Amino acid sequence: MSGSGYRWPHRHLLGLEELSAQDIRFLLNTARGFADVSTRSVKKVPALRGKVVVNLFLEDSTRTRASFSLAASRLSADILDFGATGSSLSKGESLSDTVRNIEAMGVDVIVCRHRRSGAAHQAARAAANCSIVNAGDGQHEHPTQGLLDIYTICRRLDRDQDDLTGVTVAIVGDIAHSRVARSNVHGLLKLGAHVVLVGPSTLLPTGFAEMGCELSHDLDQVLPRVDVVNMLRIQFERIQSQAFPSVREYTHLFGLTHQRLQKAKPNVIVMHPGPLNRGLEIDSVVADGPHSAILSQVTNGLAVRMAALFLVTRV
Amino acid sequence: MRPMKTLADELQVTQLTQDLAQAIERDVAGSGPGCKWALVGIRSRGDLLAHRLAKRLGPEVFGGRVGSLDITLYRDDLSEIGAQPVVRTTDIPFDVDGLHIVLVDDVLMSGRSVRAALQSLMDLGRPKRVWLSVLVDRGGRELPIAPDHVGLDLSDQELGPGERVDVCFMPVDDRDAVVVRTRGGDGGGHP
Repeated sequence: MSGSGYRWPHRHLLGLEELSAQDIRFLLNTARGFADVSTRSVKKVPALRGKVVVNLFLEDSTRTRASFSLAASRLSADILDFGATGSSLSKGESLSDTVRNIEAMGVDVIVCRHRRSGAAHQAARAAANCSIVNAGDGQHEHPTQGLLDIYTICRRLDRDQDDLTGVTVAIVGDIAHSRVARSNVHGLLKLGAHVVLVGPSTLLPTGFAEMGCELSHDLDQVLPRVDVVNMLRIQFERIQSQAFPSVREYTHLFGLTHQRLQKAKPNVIVMHPGPLNRGLEIDSVVADGPHSAILSQVTNGLAVRMAALFLVTRV
Repeated sequence: MRPMKTLADELQVTQLTQDLAQAIERDVAGSGPGCKWALVGIRSRGDLLAHRLAKRLGPEVFGGRVGSLDITLYRDDLSEIGAQPVVRTTDIPFDVDGLHIVLVDDVLMSGRSVRAALQSLMDLGRPKRVWLSVLVDRGGRELPIAPDHVGLDLSDQELGPGERVDVCFMPVDDRDAVVVRTRGGDGGGHP
């Protein structure tokens, strides 16, 4: 596809919903070119030299924030960190004003994490010239997580063309509130995968069926026929809600135990976006076992985020 | 359709490759017995040439140390608006420290690709010495870079800036050839 005259068209990366299958494949392919940078003696390339990347994280995050920082520094960009506490946002400034002010300092990319769905789109509307990369907006999307999950699946299954036809992926947990699930669903369906969403009925919106997903409340029934099982984190901040069963009941029905994993295909891939609640949604022996791709996901996240930063600054 | 003139056909490309291999072999033979050599081709034609040279020179010279370098991230025109190159993988499955590395490219013109390749190589480690082998020296240098081995030397032909020399290699192209095209609108090289 490199010779086809395709050009990456998106100044912002807001969600996988807006990307075409070709966009996704181009980004994943670009990420492959970045993967080796992390293994060399000088872990840096000059591709974003002289550019400024701002981390605007208005919701807690360790891994994603660190991953974006490291990705930017491996591209030789300068990085500036903004957080919620101690910033002017805690003084009541609107997100749009914050974005305009940061942009006025001459930055090239704002990586934005916000608890409100749609925040990244709002930031993109406010930005006159710089690029917005969504690092998670409320319950809406977390595109780089979706992309790194898909990248990990394609690598593990040796899908060099990033085509997932014939691959069945189960996503298990609180689908309703998960931006990770939403980004995964959009991307996986576009690349041809069959997606089964598994969770308690209160946390499984039926709208996903219209998008082409299969819905199930029975993990034991689904496990034997999937190639990938992506376990979502129990979000304790939501556990008080009426929709959530008790933790014990949830673990009993949807926790990925060693015993339960015996029902899966022998080469099943186990994924988790982190951070892990060991013993709740996933057992330690499974998380650390041979099927687990959890640490590869973290490693691959770096290459995917380098590709994302590289591409949005080229438009 | 841009006007195109063939400078070398399939047979001549084979001969030029053979000449290049012999020139490299002379330098390899002249180096000490303790020297280890490697071939590194610049994508997306230099890597094909590197593998052809490796095949001609036999496994005893390079011992499987043949790699491909993608210089996209090191290009000096990346900051220019509108540049949107395709990033490919760099594949150098050996340690470059202390090696004699023959950098291989299809066409040498401005020298900017070679500069980028040198920077990229240095980020991989510290080679003992880097040599430069090109199938065609087209002339038109913009940097102080000179090749050690040249197949076809056109540097004294005074080709105009609108005349672009391309090397075609099977199987990426439909035949083996060296051609000169009079530049149309796009002005770009191989994708």
